[in-house]
Amino acid sequence: MEFFLISLLNGISYGLLLFMLASGLTLIFSMMGVLNFAHASFYMLGAYFAYQIMTWLDAALPGVGFWIALVLAPLIVGLIGAAVERYGLRRVHRWGHVPELLFTFGLTYIIVELVQIVWGRSTVPYAVPQALGGSLFTLFTTNFPVYRAFMMGVAIFMLFAIWLMLTRTRIGLVIQAALTHPDSVEALGHNVPKVFMLTFGGGCALAGLAGVIGGNAYVTEPSMGAQLGTILFVVVVVGGMGSLAGAFVASLLIGILQTFAIGLDWSGIDLLSMVGINVDSSSFGYAVWSLTLPQIALMLPYLLMVLVLIVRPRGLMGTREN
Amino acid sequence: MNGVGFRPIDLGLYMAWVVTAILFLVTPLFFNSGFAISLLSQMGIMIVFALSYNVIFGQGGMLSFGHAAYSGLGAFFAIHALNWIGDGRLPLPVVLIPLVGGIFGAICGVVFGYVTTKKAGVPFAMITLGIGEMVHAGALMFPGFFGGEAGISTNRVVGTPFLGFDLGPSIQVYYLIAVWCFLSMIAMYAFSQTPLGRISNAVRDNPERAEFIGYNTQRVRFFVLVVSSFFAGISGGLAAINFEIVNAEQLSAIPSGAVLVATFIGGAMFFFGPVIGSVIFILFAVALSEYTPAWQFYLGIFFVLMVMYAPGGVTSILLLNLRVAKEGLFRALRKPYLKLIAGSLVLLAGVVMLIEMAYGLTLSLGVGSMVKLAGIEFDAATPMPWIIVALLLVVGGWLFGRVRRDFMQAWDGVSQQIESRAGQAAAGGGR
Repeated sequence: MEFFLISLLNGISYGLLLFMLASGLTLIFSMMGVLNFAHASFYMLGAYFAYQIMTWLDAALPGVGFWIALVLAPLIVGLIGAAVERYGLRRVHRWGHVPELLFTFGLTYIIVELVQIVWGRSTVPYAVPQALGGSLFTLFTTNFPVYRAFMMGVAIFMLFAIWLMLTRTRIGLVIQAALTHPDSVEALGHNVPKVFMLTFGGGCALAGLAGVIGGNAYVTEPSMGAQLGTILFVVVVVGGMGSLAGAFVASLLIGILQTFAIGLDWSGIDLLSMVGINVDSSSFGYAVWSLTLPQIALMLPYLLMVLVLIVRPRGLMGTREN
Repeated sequence: MNGVGFRPIDLGLYMAWVVTAILFLVTPLFFNSGFAISLLSQMGIMIVFALSYNVIFGQGGMLSFGHAAYSGLGAFFAIHALNWIGDGRLPLPVVLIPLVGGIFGAICGVVFGYVTTKKAGVPFAMITLGIGEMVHAGALMFPGFFGGEAGISTNRVVGTPFLGFDLGPSIQVYYLIAVWCFLSMIAMYAFSQTPLGRISNAVRDNPERAEFIGYNTQRVRFFVLVVSSFFAGISGGLAAINFEIVNAEQLSAIPSGAVLVATFIGGAMFFFGPVIGSVIFILFAVALSEYTPAWQFYLGIFFVLMVMYAPGGVTSILLLNLRVAKEGLFRALRKPYLKLIAGSLVLLAGVVMLIEMAYGLTLSLGVGSMVKLAGIEFDAATPMPWIIVALLLVVGGWLFGRVRRDFMQAWDGVSQQIESRAGQAAAGGGR
């Protein structure tokens, strides 16, 4: 019970983090048809910027750095994202969607190298601020850290704010309209390219915010973008391309799945012995049966993706086949 | 088309193949250092890999981020077969090892392709990325077959020598790679001319119409992927022989990205594009990396610039210039070209110096901030080099902006001239 609850909470906080990225990716994809391959790179930039702002400010104003970084880093990442759309993607747009995807793919190389030039190849000590250290409550014997709760709070607050913006404000309505009918929206006198730029920048800022709150909860290193990026694509495929609700369900599903798999030390041998078959090192397929869940935790999201593709090719909540 | 089955022999095509064969034969005679031979061998392997990638990407319209799964798994099966030959368990000449890689690559293509080709376009790209990661993660789970982090190593000088060649010296390995590369090139070219190869172009260009004339696009994509993974497996088998070691790195996203970059830089819309792209890529990855740790950064910038300004790749630039030369109009471009090259060299010098100094300051472990460029060594922690860089960048940027405008004008003029000539010829032919 204790393990179950703690893993569930950890899984949900990881899943919410995933959804902060997946929501931006989905919005950009459904509006512009661009799969932003560099989305997770912007997540990485958010973490590194926050680390840098914190180290600069903590000498002068101890304890304030993180809060300023929480606001400033996503803004900078958003500005970079908007610039990428304005001066890069818009140029490539006329060649079609595949070059757009390739452009963002090339961008991941450049961003990773730039990050390595500035911050080096190893992990940087981006730590949880002291005000958010410690544990929030103790469940049986396990402590639940304050920071996890903070992550969940920020994620839910951000997502709620975006939902309000999309459904209740004028610009939100324009964005929604531009998702499906960009030409009509343009004919009504709205500046659709600017809306595209805002959406792209906004999605990147959201990824940057996820980086600020995720970078210190996990690790901040040059490979963090590539690692999360593939999981992110799995989320979007499993949820159904272009479906926000699907991305939400898939994010939580994969977040919880991965967290549980790391904690449960079960293997195929245990499973087989439950039905009365005993396996030892001489049995057929021992290498497969002896794998424990933590060992295949890395692979689980991909297995889930394959399964979903075979059973339901359009994804959990996707509406179209392609 | 006329009904009679007569076609004149395409002399240009045969010439291209003969020239390719001669190039394969004589290049190692001119570049015969150990490093050059190794470079050429890696180019040969990359050519097969990139061409196999282009079967699905350029010709089939399927953008894949997980192509290394096929070459890498092919390489693993090939290296186990090679070890079996060494044990005497497998009576097979070593020269046929690439075929083993190819067959297992194709089998993996059948298994994974069944899942991936359910989709096309962007979803296909994302799924291949996931499958590629899955294979890579899976490889670390089965150390018995994949050898864990260290990988599987082998010895290629085993079995009975083939026609007296035991593959000990690297020049023999080069010629083995060259023969397999040439055969694969011909086979893949022939495949692009088969009905399946042709219909894969149709599925790329307009899947809806291809379905209307009665083709199952999913099945077409599947078959094309299997063919492609066969040749990817061959490249994996060649890599196993050449390096005598295969590790899980060869299944990762790094070679998958590399083959995409190489193919695109060369030009995915042309059959020979990936060949040129592979040569350029290996020059970056193997030759340039000897000089600078920043080679990936240069490659990334080069790739992004190509995507932005020349989506047809290097081949398209070459062909466009060839057309100008054919029309005898190159004289008008000579001066703008010289100016363009001069301007870009200044800018390039500034950019290279900037990047090298940045790397020197942060990433050179233990060497300090000393940077060596073009034989001159200087300290990147002093202000003087930075002033020079700023000057080079400002002057180079301004100069480049100017000459680029002039060049574009001259180029547009020449293009218009060619277009109008072509228009006249068409009108004349129509009469």
